[in-house]
Amino acid sequence: MASIDEGGGGGHKKGPGVKKAKKLSTRVDMTPMVDLGFLLITFFIFTTTMSSPTTMELYMPKDTDKDEDLNKAKASGALTIMLGKDNHIYYYEGELANDASNFKQATFSPNSIIRGPGDSVLSIRSVIIRKKKWVIDNHQHDAGCEKIWAKNGGDKKSCLDKDLVVVIKPGDEATYKNTVDMLDEMAINDVKRYAMVDLFPTEKELIKATESAGK
Amino acid sequence: MTPFVDVAFLILTFFIMATKFKPEEPVEIKTPNSVSTKDLPDNDALQVTFDSTGRVFFSVLSEKDRTIKYNVIKHINETRTLGLTEAEMQNFARTPSVGVPFSGLKQLLAIPVEDQKNFKQPGIPLDTLGGELYYWIRDAVGTFTGKKLQYLIKGDNSAKYPAFKQVLNAFKKNDIFKFQMITMLEDAPAGSELDIIRRKQKAGK
Repeated sequence: MASIDEGGGGGHKKGPGVKKAKKLSTRVDMTPMVDLGFLLITFFIFTTTMSSPTTMELYMPKDTDKDEDLNKAKASGALTIMLGKDNHIYYYEGELANDASNFKQATFSPNSIIRGPGDSVLSIRSVIIRKKKWVIDNHQHDAGCEKIWAKNGGDKKSCLDKDLVVVIKPGDEATYKNTVDMLDEMAINDVKRYAMVDLFPTEKELIKATESAGK
Repeated sequence: MTPFVDVAFLILTFFIMATKFKPEEPVEIKTPNSVSTKDLPDNDALQVTFDSTGRVFFSVLSEKDRTIKYNVIKHINETRTLGLTEAEMQNFARTPSVGVPFSGLKQLLAIPVEDQKNFKQPGIPLDTLGGELYYWIRDAVGTFTGKKLQYLIKGDNSAKYPAFKQVLNAFKKNDIFKFQMITMLEDAPAGSELDIIRRKQKAGK
């Protein structure tokens, strides 16, 4: 593109009347380059995934047959959450009553569903928060626990909810999303002790009965 | 037009930098959301993926060092007497993830990586004791001696819990109890305890 000035070379003398060669423009047509640029932009926009995946930690206990190895949870501070099919969720506090009177249904949605006076399906989050508050309110002073926390440089307040244990029991029909959502709920509500175990046969029966009755 | 073109190329540069090419997975997985903020490791990790129908896939993540993957398959080839050829083992090092029984591994690895996505992978057989996934994990862990290994579980939203449980069992059989589940980031719900804790931490900084 760059033209070489040959002025003076070749012995031609450019006298008056001799037409001067037209000077070529040095400007390059950029349109194809810009087109290509935009094509690449479009390509990269489509291939880029902006939200990078994160990981959530899960610790499982070792399966043990020995009874003394199992952590005994205080029944009063226990909350058992069961996951059924079609995003159904059930819970009971403490131990399951023989007549299953404390077996209740809850919902994953953040707001409770009020079906009528005295008849509402609580959101599972509010159930956990209520249980946690109850455990903290009924906390018995425990010097041993506070000592351990003080030694490790932790907050004494961590002992307040030490009796709170949430047991998550996903059923065979529960989805992976429900399970992860429930584990996530533990992180959201800062529940320190929780476990994921299988359903008991009696609980399976109850869920089955509830699900068939609801239809 | 010049400033406009300048900006366009700036954006282009940004996208080129920001793009990270991930090898194509044989299945598309929609992972659940969680409030966890921990980043996903690229190296020294084993990943087990299960899709909505319960098919299980296994992969070794080692972006830095491809030879690790090769060593893993070499080890498995020996312990399971699969009779893989050198070329097939080299092919495994380039394969993003496998989801076939040991008996079908030779057939899968005979296919070039680019054509593997057309091959219908039935998933690694599992049972309550871990099935073949147990051996995959055992032999892969054996290859990584001396390194801190992370265990990733990637599951589809609509996968059923038993599939997840069986994957956990395969890990547990190998005395592995700490996992990381791959999720997408989601904000802590406003007003929740975690939200309050995080706000406090931010204010403290």
